[in-house]
Amino acid sequence: MHDFTPVHAAVGGALIALSLAVMLIATGRIAGLSGIVGGIVRPRAGDWIWRAWFLAGALAVGAVFELAAPLTYDADARVPLPVVAIAGLLVGLGTRLGNGCTSGHGLCGMSRLSKRSIVATMTFFALAVATATITGALCAG
Amino acid sequence: MIPLASGALFGAGACLSGMVRPSKVLGFLDFGGAWDASLLVVMACALAIHVLAWRLVPAQRHPGPPSTVVDARLLGGAALFGIGWGLAGYCPGPALVSIVSGARGSLVFVAAMIAGMWLAGHAPSGKPDTGEG
Repeated sequence: MHDFTPVHAAVGGALIALSLAVMLIATGRIAGLSGIVGGIVRPRAGDWIWRAWFLAGALAVGAVFELAAPLTYDADARVPLPVVAIAGLLVGLGTRLGNGCTSGHGLCGMSRLSKRSIVATMTFFALAVATATITGALCAG
Repeated sequence: MIPLASGALFGAGACLSGMVRPSKVLGFLDFGGAWDASLLVVMACALAIHVLAWRLVPAQRHPGPPSTVVDARLLGGAALFGIGWGLAGYCPGPALVSIVSGARGSLVFVAAMIAGMWLAGHAPSGKPDTGEG
């Protein structure tokens, strides 16, 4: 199998889950990432400071990885930049219309068997696999 | 500061799991090439912890039962998100963390994602955020 990193994946997955679990247990918030960012893009009074702190924590640790282990990140995208821009637009639009992303629906919602989250996760996973597989074939061809 | 610590945990998880690398994510989403199952491990491990986490939420803070309304907005939104995720290999949280690398792809992606989120607030029949995530 190509580039399989199960230990990093398990530890990373556990940390992502702990992050959302801490927010859930301590504050009762389902802190999905698209929801956190969306609430800063379209702020409501009194409901953005915790989001800013969350993102500050995530970016600070991300910066430590960049300094200590720059190979944590990719230098280049697989597809041309205009396609990356279209992808970003679709992700921003889609996660707000559908009220969640991989963390909110995929983890928080699926783990409590929310019907909406299960349907949303099946939908975005299926389309992501189809899109990535078709795009991969086009890039290789 | 709970949100700061929680965000730090997320950043570490996104970096260690490889979700900040579109090449890693696409290695999982692209079934055509040499398939990499790592993200399945990320998801399974995180889900297992979350099933436990829900049992530890104090009753007075519990967000209540989830909505069961499956409508076109949910399906359409999830479909658009899936296409975007499959195209570039970034989902919102790891994409945001990755801007610290200064890679052009991640900067372009996040700028466009923020524009998309802003546009979503102007979509017809916009409902208030249900707080799902």
